[in-house]
Parts: sequence; C-alpha cells; structure tokens
Amino acid sequence: MEVGQMQRQWVEYIRSLFMEGFLDGQFLQLQQLQDENNPDFVVEVVSLFFDDSEKLLNDLTKAIDLKGTDFKRVDAHVHQLKGSSSSIGAQRVKNACIAFRNYCEEQNIEACFRCLQQVKQEYCLVKNKLETLFRLEQQIMAAGGSIPTMELSF
Amino acid sequence: MENGDEPHVLAVDDNVIDRKLVEKLLKNSSCRVTTAENGPRALEFLGLGNDQQNILKGNEPKVNMVITDYCMPGMTGYDLLKKIKESSTTKEVPVVIMSSENIPTRINKCLEEGAQMFIQKPLKQSDVKKLTCQLMNCKG
Repeated sequence: MEVGQMQRQWVEYIRSLFMEGFLDGQFLQLQQLQDENNPDFVVEVVSLFFDDSEKLLNDLTKAIDLKGTDFKRVDAHVHQLKGSSSSIGAQRVKNACIAFRNYCEEQNIEACFRCLQQVKQEYCLVKNKLETLFRLEQQIMAAGGSIPTMELSF
Repeated sequence: MENGDEPHVLAVDDNVIDRKLVEKLLKNSSCRVTTAENGPRALEFLGLGNDQQNILKGNEPKVNMVITDYCMPGMTGYDLLKKIKESSTTKEVPVVIMSSENIPTRINKCLEEGAQMFIQKPLKQSDVKKLTCQLMNCKG
C-alpha cells in the first residue's frame, strides 16, 4: 500500500473513532501538543493511561466484593479513572465512569459490579482502537510519510 | 521581565497522566516546570515542609505560580492553597486550582482563600495560554 492510501486509511479510521464516540476533542488537544521536541507525546501519554487504567481496574475488581465493599475506596478509584480517561479524550470510558460513580453514591453493589464490567469493556475497546491507530501511524512513518493533521469539522 | 527569564511553575497533581499533560501545556507556554505528586511534596519544594522550618530561608527555589489539582488524597488542593497563603515567603505566589468538577461552593471557597483562578479539567492549551499571559503581565 502506498503512503497516500495509508494516510487516507488513517484519516478514515480516526474519523470513525470520533463519530462512534470513542474519542472526543480532548484527544485532538493531545495531538496538537505533539511536535519535533516531543514526537511521541501522544503514544507516551496514552501508554501511561493504559498502565494506570489497568492498575485501577485490578484494584476495582478486588475492591468490589459482595461480602463487603468499601464504596469510598471504589469511588476514589473510579474518580481517578474518570479523570485520566477524560484527560486523554477516551469519552466512552469517561462516561462509563460517570455512571459508575452514581451507583457508588447509592451504594448499589450489584449495579457497581455491572458498571465495572462496562468500564472494562469500554477500556478494552478503546485500547484496541488506539493500538490500531498507532500501528497505522508506524506504517505511514516507516514508508516515509507523515501523519495528517486532524481537523474536526463536526 | 528580563529576556530568557521564563516563569517557573510548580504543578501539583496526584494523577500521572494529568501531570504529564499540564507539564507539556506549560512548557508550550514557555514556562519552566516542576511537578509534584501531592501537597506535602509541593510544600517541601516551596520550603514549607514540616521539617524545614528555617533551613531553606532565603534559598527557596523561586516559583512564580502554583497550579494544583483540587481532589488529592490526604492534602487537597484547597489545603495546599491555605498553607501557601499562610506563609510570608509564599503568600504572594499566585495559586491556580484545577478540578474536573464544576461545584460553585468549591470554586467560591478557593477564590475566597486567595486562589488566582479556578480552571475546569481537562486542561486545554487555550486555558494555559490565558494563565501564563496573566502571569507574564503581572511580572512585567
């Protein structure tokens, strides 16, 4: 595949991520911060997000226990995850966290358990999508091309 | 402000992603940045730590602005703001509070305690540019 085709593929792919709500405008903010001084900024921040989220999701899995749940602690973890996902533009993860926090407040353990599954699912989805996006970028760079500048027109 | 004299900002946030983001945003606005992951570390850096007393007197690093997250475990951004405003060495340093939650009582509380500004997260380049412009104007 030649570079032009790969670039078009990248544009279509990232556009679909915005249309489907996986990413929001904050992700564009991240891309705009990438420059010659920090050519890998987006990948670095997103990698931090992956590491941090996986840890939080593990902690959440342990903290939600039908025998006894510390809702304050659960809420604190979800708050962190909501913050990180919001900061990188992972909109669906963020929204799942917002719903989760409401149930924490209600101390509804079964709903919290369902929310956790939902958050995990959204996290897995966006992780796959972003990894695919980064792979496309690597292919473009390897072929000597550059990543197009993304403009949101909707 | 002399040429080459970039403002030095202390950025405090317990979230590693947000620390990286605010650092980059500030650097893009020509600031020198030091980050801290919690209130106590920030106070230590400012020479206000528990064990420091008079040890650093006169040798504290010059900080032109502190930008801190509100929600942090242990010492909140509000607690940190109070401590900074209570000390004669740092009370003139502008403190900006960041929060993902838009709660009027929280915002008012911070502004009443002397916060320069309250910014909604997630942070954007335009927010930070506005801040640093204000800061440069103050210095100039």
